[in-house]
Amino acid sequence: MALLSEVPSVVMVHRKRRNVELVMILFAQAVGLGAYALIHLNQSARLPDELPVVAGLWFGLGLVAHLVVRLRLPYADPLLLPCVLLLNGLGLAMIHRIDLINEPPTSGATQQLMWTALGVALLVLTALVLRDHRPLIRFTYTLGLAGIALLLLPLLPVIGTSQFGARIWITVAGFSFQPAEVAKVVLAIAFSSYLVEKRDVLALAGWRVLGLDLPRARDLGPILLVWLASLLVLVYQRDLGTSLLFFGLFVMMLYVSTERPGWAVLGTAMFALGAGAAVLLADRVGQLAHVSVRIDSWLHPFDDIDQNGQIIAAQFGLAWGGLLGTGLGLGRPGLTPLARSDFIAAAVGEELGMAGLMAVITVYGIVVARGLRTALAAKDQFGTLLATGLSFVLALQVFIIIGGVTRLLPLTGLTTPFMSQGGSSMIANWVIVALLLVISHQTRKPAATRLEPSPDAEETQVIGRDRAGAGGRR
Amino acid sequence: MNRPIRRVAVVCMLLFALLLGNGTYLIVVRQDALNAHPNNRRVRDAEFAQDRGGILVANTLIAETVESDGDFRYQRVYPDPEAYAHVTGWYSYDRARSGLEETYNTELAGTDDSLFVRRLVDLVTGRTPQGASITTTINPEAQRAAAEALGDRKGAVVALDPRTGAVLALVSHPSYDPNAIASHDIGEADQAYTQLAEDEDRPLANRAAREIYPPGSTFKLVTAAAALEAGWEPDTETDSPDRLQLPGTETYLPNQTDCGGDEVTLDQALQVSCNTAFANLGVELGADALREQAEAFGFETRHLADLNGVASRFPENPDDAQTALSAIGQFEVAASPLQMAMVAAGIANDGVVMEPYLVDQVRAPNLSVLRQTRPQELGRAMSAENAAKLQQMMVDVVEEGTGANARLDGVEVGGKTGTAQTDLERNPYAWFVSAAPMDDPQVAVAVFIEDADIARNDIAGGRLAAPIARAVTQAVVE
Repeated sequence: MALLSEVPSVVMVHRKRRNVELVMILFAQAVGLGAYALIHLNQSARLPDELPVVAGLWFGLGLVAHLVVRLRLPYADPLLLPCVLLLNGLGLAMIHRIDLINEPPTSGATQQLMWTALGVALLVLTALVLRDHRPLIRFTYTLGLAGIALLLLPLLPVIGTSQFGARIWITVAGFSFQPAEVAKVVLAIAFSSYLVEKRDVLALAGWRVLGLDLPRARDLGPILLVWLASLLVLVYQRDLGTSLLFFGLFVMMLYVSTERPGWAVLGTAMFALGAGAAVLLADRVGQLAHVSVRIDSWLHPFDDIDQNGQIIAAQFGLAWGGLLGTGLGLGRPGLTPLARSDFIAAAVGEELGMAGLMAVITVYGIVVARGLRTALAAKDQFGTLLATGLSFVLALQVFIIIGGVTRLLPLTGLTTPFMSQGGSSMIANWVIVALLLVISHQTRKPAATRLEPSPDAEETQVIGRDRAGAGGRR
Repeated sequence: MNRPIRRVAVVCMLLFALLLGNGTYLIVVRQDALNAHPNNRRVRDAEFAQDRGGILVANTLIAETVESDGDFRYQRVYPDPEAYAHVTGWYSYDRARSGLEETYNTELAGTDDSLFVRRLVDLVTGRTPQGASITTTINPEAQRAAAEALGDRKGAVVALDPRTGAVLALVSHPSYDPNAIASHDIGEADQAYTQLAEDEDRPLANRAAREIYPPGSTFKLVTAAAALEAGWEPDTETDSPDRLQLPGTETYLPNQTDCGGDEVTLDQALQVSCNTAFANLGVELGADALREQAEAFGFETRHLADLNGVASRFPENPDDAQTALSAIGQFEVAASPLQMAMVAAGIANDGVVMEPYLVDQVRAPNLSVLRQTRPQELGRAMSAENAAKLQQMMVDVVEEGTGANARLDGVEVGGKTGTAQTDLERNPYAWFVSAAPMDDPQVAVAVFIEDADIARNDIAGGRLAAPIARAVTQAVVE
């Protein structure tokens, strides 16, 4: 194999760019650590005593991630890891900053750092054990059922718990967990493998109505299942964001795999119909009251200042931060409830300014762009579809939550990937990155395995090497 | 699958573009309104932690900021609270602001655009930013005289400089202590506010500029002005029966005073405040003429934006009976004491009404003048000739008529009394408006007493309100 890779002009060899990645990782991590130090400097004019420990742990994590990628996934996309570490670092700093508001300071950032470490550990595990995403295709139905089950788990009695009006948590042995975050990854894998398998059937069989190719009725089964699950989430878990996220993901993947816009139109129409009915019925059905409340507080938050205190506080925070922000540690993010989780974007906007928040949004944009690029380049359909799905779900989630916080959309409770406090979100998003790294490694590594070793490979090699010095080639 | 992926990529790009666009919109369009919102605690706290500028009367601070050891670095203090509460307003944490504290908030807080460069310098040099200070037009002697003369009675006194519109005195009683609402002890401040807000005597109401009442006979000045503008002379006679049947009704309007005959001159009618003569006059002139004249003096427009003053009213489309009542300041005519002072000031200023103002200068912390108010004409309410005639008629009221109590030795004072009753259950309102000296006007005063505990007759204004006007006039003229 080692010799084959030196066969000239047969395969395109991507540059590994691991050193570039290392420099960028160091830079990204320095930003996070700098933010941490600045918070303390701005608040108490002295560096924290724990700085060396925190710096050691933090850079250690980055180094581990880098080393494992360098050794096991050497051809992986070099931009993903630095971007994610930048976001993760800023999130940690912001959570720590909000910890400091409390007297005595809480330890949210320490927990979050542990979750980050777990996320990196999962990356390491994925790189060591999986290394190639293709085996995942075998678990289509297992993963699909597991995903739907995870999604609906909070509806179970005893373990399912309700917080802030949404029933999206489960509590086991004192730990609360948001299974939807994990379901996101599991279902993306399941959808990809299912659709790769069925894409021809879905795409080719069916009727043509009004210029749209519609699927056969019996192929609609899984789609109806997902639709139903989404609506269940919407109505019974009172979680518009998760519902939108899953259905959006599924419809998009259907469209990409079949290349039939009909699916996208049909799916969107179905969701719009379901959501529209929810809005219309909202006033009459108590189970749906949250939908109309959310929409009211989006359009006219100041009509009911007590009820919409949170979104209003976030707006005040963003306005107070203005374009350039108050400076880290100098704003008042504590005035916004849940500033460390759902509303972390408002805290970033307040202290780093709209400019800072836009920079963060742009970094998310880069991650998504790299993911989609991986999808375009992937050599297998499963990889393509999975990379597209994972990137899209990330983009959609960032759009829904940051859009909600900045009053572009009705607010729905989703986490801000890599930044919001919360373990389930953190590890799920690290797994997404791990999968994207794996797919991009498989995509970019020289496709030598596809070449039939030629009988005279060895000879060719030897002669080539000999003649190289003379400047001639056979 | 590449084509759909490219489309998905475009959709993703669109999503991010929307986020970025919305962020821009938030900063460019929404930011200012959000920062100005009264519920914005961040802005409030920041303002409370700031050295807010002072409010001055002459060279004395009536609102200042002192360093504090409490929850915030600075405490707002009102050294002479009761006397100036309705000028300064209050500055509170939970109960927003009022008065000049509200209307000049950005200047006082130092966040106004005119202080932008200064803020930048402060930012660079690390100096604590300071707010601008405000100098009012109040004449402290006039203010003190007005408050003392009004005493414990509910009511208001407004004194204007007829030549400029500058407010020389603005008293509303009962008053309150804004220090209590400005307290850093939020609970205490809330309690003080609630107590004041629920007080039956409504101490928080600014009776001088933000409340309107039936002006009673003082409105006859407006009717007289309309008559003069319509070509009448002070010696033109009009019917003045003992009682007048209101046109189209079975109701009779009685006279409160002896008009001095069945036909009296306009001058005589004003002197004795003859209801039937002015009611007749009003019907003859018509509601439109009265309304036009009232609007020329400033009715139907808000004045004194510095204190968020309200507009005075003249009824819309009254019938003849209602017009007759409106002509003597009853029915639905309602005016603020400020507005009635403007009427007297307009007449004394040879027919030109000046826009009233309360803030003379806004000064930066280094005392450089950021803004100087220039007197502005509201408009000409009547010709100079007619104004001169009406001035003489007002002098006659004081010299020979109902306004005798406003007389001041060596000063030519002109005035008009008024009494208005809205319902028979309660005591009438007593009014007096005046201007002096008539040949070179320096001060126009409107006195309003909400609760004249005296029998219902036109003497109430003369007996209760005129001495107050005299005291204020004396304080300004001497």
